[in-house]
Formats: sequence, structure tokens, C-alpha cells
Amino acid sequence: MYSRAYKLLISVPPILWVALFLLFPYALMFAHSFWSVSDGVIFHNWNLSNYRTLIHNPLYWQVLLRTAGIAGSVTVLSVLLGYPLAYFLSFNAGPRKELLYQLVIVPLWVSYLVRGYAWKTILGSDGVLNGFLQYLHITNEPVSALLYSPFAVILMLTHIYTPFVFLPIYASLEHIPRLLVEASQDLGASPRSTFFRVILPLSLPGLLAGATFAFVLSLGDFLAPLLVGGPSGTMIANLVQSLFGAAFDWPLGAAISILILLFTLAILALTQRLEKRWSFE
Amino acid sequence: MTTTAPIAPSLAPGNTLLEIRAVSKRFGPREVLKALSLEIVSGEFLTLLGESGSGKTTLLRLIAGFEQPTVGEIWMHGTRLDTLPPYSRRVNTVFQQYALFPHLTVSENVAYGLRAAATPKPEIAARVNDALAMVRMQEFAAAKPTKLSGGQQQRVALARALVNRPKLLLLDEPLSALDANLRKEMQSELKSLQREVGITFLFVTHDQEEAMALSDRIALLRDGGLEQVASPREIYAHPATAYTAQFIGHTNLLRAIVREGVADCGGFYFPSALPEGSALFSLRPEAVDLFANAPHTAHAVRFTASIRQQIYAGATELLELQTDSGAILRARIGASAALTGTHEFVFSASDATPVKD
Repeated sequence: MYSRAYKLLISVPPILWVALFLLFPYALMFAHSFWSVSDGVIFHNWNLSNYRTLIHNPLYWQVLLRTAGIAGSVTVLSVLLGYPLAYFLSFNAGPRKELLYQLVIVPLWVSYLVRGYAWKTILGSDGVLNGFLQYLHITNEPVSALLYSPFAVILMLTHIYTPFVFLPIYASLEHIPRLLVEASQDLGASPRSTFFRVILPLSLPGLLAGATFAFVLSLGDFLAPLLVGGPSGTMIANLVQSLFGAAFDWPLGAAISILILLFTLAILALTQRLEKRWSFE
Repeated sequence: MTTTAPIAPSLAPGNTLLEIRAVSKRFGPREVLKALSLEIVSGEFLTLLGESGSGKTTLLRLIAGFEQPTVGEIWMHGTRLDTLPPYSRRVNTVFQQYALFPHLTVSENVAYGLRAAATPKPEIAARVNDALAMVRMQEFAAAKPTKLSGGQQQRVALARALVNRPKLLLLDEPLSALDANLRKEMQSELKSLQREVGITFLFVTHDQEEAMALSDRIALLRDGGLEQVASPREIYAHPATAYTAQFIGHTNLLRAIVREGVADCGGFYFPSALPEGSALFSLRPEAVDLFANAPHTAHAVRFTASIRQQIYAGATELLELQTDSGAILRARIGASAALTGTHEFVFSASDATPVKD
């Protein structure tokens, strides 16, 4: 057993850390969301006007909806890409398994920013993709809709978050005893039926964890829309950034942040409950 | 040992359920099964007995369809089986580690095969209920398998397989994970269950006592080949080889020279119809007795031996004897007082069974 003093000593630094860099900023942000700003000065007059603005101004709702739409699309796409990849690696890769696993992980070592600029190079008006399309005479002039659109944001975020979705799904598939697959086939279930009735249900916790990663992380992303989104691809985090920056409306920015925070917490609470219900050990 | 009179399955042709025709199986350079042929009769309880590595589990996996034979064919009732995928075979398996689906309840586990076969819902409910009643697990129908003990999980696994009314049930050391008492109990349950449902059982074990207690016939495997296939009584009383004699029960192996109709084991002699030359005999310890206990033994072979060791086992005693010529022999006799020194022993010449080396 450790002494009381020792326990106190080792628990103080983490508590201080959390208080200073998490609780305090959140409290500050929470307070700001009830204040107001006028002529570049923040007034500490407690009121709900920021939240009223959010409710009544459709602009914010549009951006919020678009953000949720983009995050949802990214989630669905990265699950559709990540699950088959994880399934193949876990069940069919044979001796190449380790190598392929490393190949899936490698993009995570490359800077987010580099990957973003790579997409700019690929999708831009004089980019690789447009050059290729023109070379094949599919189009005569560059397609400008490729870059600076929600499509580009979804593409880039899917590229970035697919490994995050892949990892927990792969782990949960690896965890399924292969004997259960044999038992299912032995009982007359075809491979397809075995997938839907044994493998998929047993990998749901991993799928849920991966989907949560993709959704929550893309919901708060501001770099992808900044790099490849353009005006039509603006997301809620960009709005918050401009409110805190150029617009100097910290109170409204704080109110939006609180809203996103609550939304994210609700999703995490929901997925955590589902994960508990779907886990079997 | 609870040996029951075997219900002799008629070995008439046409009653054959499964035919294994010259099946070989290779894993890389290792040949696990060597041109093995075996016929399984409808309704019998056949045990594949063998040491670990003898190929018994591989043979089971070939029949279930999880592995393909390298050479040879498997036929069931006139149709070729080894080319079918596992889910198209009317064969079910009870796995050693139970392999129950952790995300399904007990009754959903049992219903799994019926659902896969698109059985009508009311029929599923009735048959699942019957199957659970058969293994006395009805009260656990709504429980998740992880909440059950090993013996209970084993029962569910049994119900899950039997509910599909397979033509052949494969059991891969199903009792080896249970403790000794539960194991004995499950043995007798398994035997009466097999009689009740009339399904052919192919049972894999490395435990010869279990094989003796349960089987109509025992197929003894050794290094991927069949050593002997016979009823428990037959295989015990007339082991074909020295390996069989030693693997099934305990025995004394007597090396002898046969000359002019007499087998000479060096120390004792008995008449033998074997051709001239060297020969090997199996003599079960219980065939040897004190001469004082059995003075009227027919074809008696008498010899004197000193007692090296005496192990008391309740109803019987195991004696380790040394004959005048120096041979070591084991005898199992009825419980008696402590014995020392030299005594006269006897066995019947007809109990010395000639075996192949």
C-alpha cells in the first residue's frame, strides 16, 4: 500500500493539469457564451442573446446542418471503406497480413497538412485529376467543381479518418474466435449468413468505436474546409474560428462552441451505451 | 467401468452411413492421415480413439468439411460428401470448446441451425423447446452462454447440434474440459441420449476408458492409420497388435519362441498353434492369479514368482512379479492380505492372446 502523502503527491499534477487546461478554459468559454460584445469590448452582462441569435439566424443552422451532413457522409464512407478492408485483412490476408496492416497505418505518420495539400494538388483546376480528364478528352476545360466544395471536404476527411475507423474494426474482428465461424457453417449457415449473423454482430463494438471517431473528429474539423472547402464547404468550426478571429465576437463563438460540445457529448453518451449493450464479454 | 451390452449394429451392406475411402491428408511435409478407410454404420456409436497427433481430430474435420482430403473420397448414403461445403452437409459437430455464440441466448443458439435452414417459426420454437428439455436446460433458455458453467454449456452445444436431426453427429473430445465427476455423469447421459435419438455418433477421445464405456465400436488410430476396429469387448479380449493391447487397458507382453506347437516364454510354456519362430503374446494382468485362489484353471500354466511390489486398489490388488527367469509380470488379483516372498501363480493358456509386434 502507498502512503496517503505519496498518493496525494502523485495525484496533484494530473488534477492541476486537467483543471488548468480543461476545466478552466471550458468554464471561461461557458461564461463568455452569456456575455455580449459591443465596439470590440466584451461586456459581462449575463444574458441569453447569443443563444437567441443562434436559434433565430438560419445561417448558423445551415452551417451546422451542413457540418453534420459532411461528418455523417465521412462516417458512412469511411465505414464502407474501412470495414471491408479490416475484414479482408483479418480473414483473408494470410501471411501478408502484417505487411498490409503496416501499409494501412502508414498514412497516419504523414502530417495532416501534407495530406490536405496533396488533395489540393490532385483536385485543383490545373491538378492531376483535371489534367488526366483533359488528356482523355472527357472534358475540354478543367472541372472547377472538384476543389472548393463539400465534396472535396468529404473526400479529404474520408481519406484521413478511414484508418481511424479501420483500426477498432480490425481489432474486434481479430478478437472473434474462428471456431465460431466454423460452428456457424457447421450448423448450415452459408458464408453470407455467417457474416450477418455472427461476424457483424460480434464486430459491432469496434464498428461503433470507429464510426464515433470519424463522426466526432470530422464534426470539429476546420483544416479540411479551410484547405479544400471553399465558401460552399464552410463548416461550423470555421465559423467559430472567424467569430473568435476577424469578427471578434467571442461571446457568440463561445455559444456555438458550447452547442457543439453538448452535441458531441450526447453522441458519446449514446455510443457508449450502445457499445455496452453490444459487447459480449 | 459401466460397460453395457452393445446393441450390435447390423453390419449388413446398405446399412452403411458414411464411407471413408482411402483418405490421406497432408499438411505440408507432414502426412497426418495415411490412406485411411473406414465405414460407419447407421445408428452406431463409433469412437475414434488415439493419442494426440494420431490424426483423429483431422479425420473429424474432414468429415465436417473444415478440411479437404489430399487424396481419397468420403461418401454418405451414396452421395459424395468431401466436395460439399460444410454448410451443405447433414453433419453437425459438438466442439471441444463448445463454440456457443456469445451474442445469442441459449435458445437462440439452439435455434441457429433451424433458422439457417429456414424452418417455419412455430416449428423452430417447438423443436428448440424439445431439444432443451432433452438436455434439461429449459430453465436457462433466456440466459447468455457466458453465464453458464462448463457442463451446462456442453449440454447446450449438444442440444444445438441434435436439434437439426443430423444424420451424423461428430463429437470432438466434448467431455475433456469437464472435471472427473461431471465427466462420468455426462458419459452416461450421452450414451442414453444416443439410444434415445437414434442418431449415429462419431466420438473422438484419447481416453480409452471413455471409449470402452460409450462405444458400440472403437476405431483405434495410430500415426494416421487404423490399428484396429472392433467392439470394446472384442478389442480388449483380442487385441490385434501389441500397441492395441497396451493402449486399451494394461497388459503383459510375453515374447516367446514357438517350437513344435509349444510357446516358450523362458520360464513357462504353453501350447500354441502359431507357426514355428518368434511370437508375441498379450496376457492381461487379471488373467493371472495365485494358484491357491484358482486351482482348477483349465489349460493351466503354472509358475513361481517373487513379489516385488503390491499396490492395493480397494477391490483388487496389483502385483508386480518377478519370475525365476527374471521376467517382470503384472497380476491383478482379488483383494488379499499383504503378500511377500515367493508364490505359485497360474493363468489359462487361452488367455495368452497372440498379437502382432
